[in-house]
Amino acid sequence: MKPLLRRLRAELFATRTDTVLSLALISLITLAAFGVLRWAFTQAQWAVIRVNSTLFAVGRYPVEQQWRLWLLTALLVAASGATWGLLRAHPRPDRSGVLWPRNDRLALVLLVLIALAVPAALGLSLAIASRWWGLTVLLILCRWLAGRFGAGLPASGQRLAALVWPALYLVGMVLISGGLGLVTVSPSEWGGLMLTLLASSFAILLCFPIGVLLALGRRSDLPLLRWGSVLYIEFIRGAPLITLLFLGQNILGFLLPGGLAPERVWRAAWVLTFFAAAYLAEAVRSGLAAVPRGQLEAARSLGLSYPKALQHVVLPQALRVALPAMVGQFISLLQDTTLLSLIGLLELLGTARTVMANPAFLGRNGEVYLTLAVLFWGCCAALGLGSRALERRLDPHAVPSAT
Amino acid sequence: MSQPSSELMIEARAVEKWYPNGFQALRGASLTVRRGEVVVIMGPSGSGKSTFIRTFNALEDFQKGSITVDGIVLSNDLRNIDAVRREVGMVFQQFNLFPHLSVLDNLTLAPVLVRRRPKAEVEKQAWALLERVGIAEQAGKYPGQLSGGQQQRVAIARALCMEPRILLFDEPTSALDPEMVREVLEVMQNLAADDITMVVVTHEVKFARHVAHRVVLMADGEVVEEAEPEVFFTNPSHQRTRRFLDQIL
Repeated sequence: MKPLLRRLRAELFATRTDTVLSLALISLITLAAFGVLRWAFTQAQWAVIRVNSTLFAVGRYPVEQQWRLWLLTALLVAASGATWGLLRAHPRPDRSGVLWPRNDRLALVLLVLIALAVPAALGLSLAIASRWWGLTVLLILCRWLAGRFGAGLPASGQRLAALVWPALYLVGMVLISGGLGLVTVSPSEWGGLMLTLLASSFAILLCFPIGVLLALGRRSDLPLLRWGSVLYIEFIRGAPLITLLFLGQNILGFLLPGGLAPERVWRAAWVLTFFAAAYLAEAVRSGLAAVPRGQLEAARSLGLSYPKALQHVVLPQALRVALPAMVGQFISLLQDTTLLSLIGLLELLGTARTVMANPAFLGRNGEVYLTLAVLFWGCCAALGLGSRALERRLDPHAVPSAT
Repeated sequence: MSQPSSELMIEARAVEKWYPNGFQALRGASLTVRRGEVVVIMGPSGSGKSTFIRTFNALEDFQKGSITVDGIVLSNDLRNIDAVRREVGMVFQQFNLFPHLSVLDNLTLAPVLVRRRPKAEVEKQAWALLERVGIAEQAGKYPGQLSGGQQQRVAIARALCMEPRILLFDEPTSALDPEMVREVLEVMQNLAADDITMVVVTHEVKFARHVAHRVVLMADGEVVEEAEPEVFFTNPSHQRTRRFLDQIL
């Protein structure tokens, strides 16, 4: 207790000015928090969220097919837990890793609390609530197993394990849309958080390679490639996303080869991809500019071909430098998906608007928007945390440490 | 000191190079280097020394003249360039280690990717090389965690790991703090005792005097003087060399 008091005193009340500022800020924060909490517990009526929780999660996805989404979630959770454990079991060669660092234990406690609190708050039936608990147990189990036994996995095995993610993405596509013996669920029935995550992950995954190619093209010695890249990047960056989305609905069907963008959802996802790629290209270009010329020269003088030098020497460094800017792009891309509601897609915001238009929930906008904000904040926080962990792992200058 | 054979490793004839801005960096520079020979190139800054040795492994192109390295004629043919680069190692003023790879991976990257040798075998060789340049205990660290002198020794080991027949040094000690120069020069002196052919651009007079078979003075993009170290430093035949030596000695 004593050290805490001493620290508080040193950090908040060191001088007279500090004291005044601290007191003012503390009272301001307390007032704001008190106001929000009072609204949330006395004014707000959360029935609108409770009744529509499925709608917010998956839109109008047919109830009898929703087991596929639960299965997909379980697979994703298992893969996340296993990846998490494997990463902890394989610290960087110059660092001594701890299997259960403090932050990880904290995260687990938080996850368990969420798994207990959210179903209770939403008033979910026991059947659904137990699925939440099951998912949490699965996550902890996979995390524990991978951490416990993952250290023995050789490097080739680790590379193979990483391939689980792209494979899982394809499996997820099949599970969501059907095919291969599953009943087809048309994209017009997708919605809610699922559609938001699907559109943004699709765009994030595909805009990355396109953005890197564009950035390389912009720095190329071949004039046609260079000018083509510049023209593309500047055109896309000069147009508002909403215009491109409407444009995409009208002409993308003609531009893309047969069958690639027949559905409104896919057309919108492609527009998001092409849009994000232009911004990503600029982030990657700044990363490429930060890699000294001598790196390429050293790689070439060792006999590496230009593509190999790019792949093994230049790009890893450039992407690490560009990582914060790229994740910033991904986060704004995630939020840009709300624009899909303007072209009539029922992603999170679109779903929210249909819910608020329901006469039964008239005037419950505050509750809906607050829920939306928290959901988006959760997704963005996850992206940000992941990127910071990745940055730390890749930083060659970071002091060797326990994490 | 081992004696060079008569076999020619590098033969550069009347090389001329213009930079895109019109500046002529090389004005008919010529040099022959025999197998096992250690040649030191000296000269004032801007004389084209670095540009000249960078043409030997095609890091710089040239417009006139001819260069033959280990029997391979340097031309615009990309296959030739890759073949030459496999035989010629280079050590840079700024080390140019790969900061995102550990010291060991810096050494093994090229042999595994370019020569397609098995990783375990290359790693064994890399350990031996790190031992030889005196930094085996740093193998797991990253370049940013090493001192300048240690980084340059890693760079030399990295070049050696490709088993080149020729090593080019582009002012290897110019970016180092004075107290680290010696450890790098010692490693280079050690190498010179082997069979490997070395071309060294440097201002280190002591190294040139005691290690080189031949010292070359470049000025204004040309080779002005070529002589054994004893003659070069005590009785040079050109006025230009005398003026240069007056400035640095």
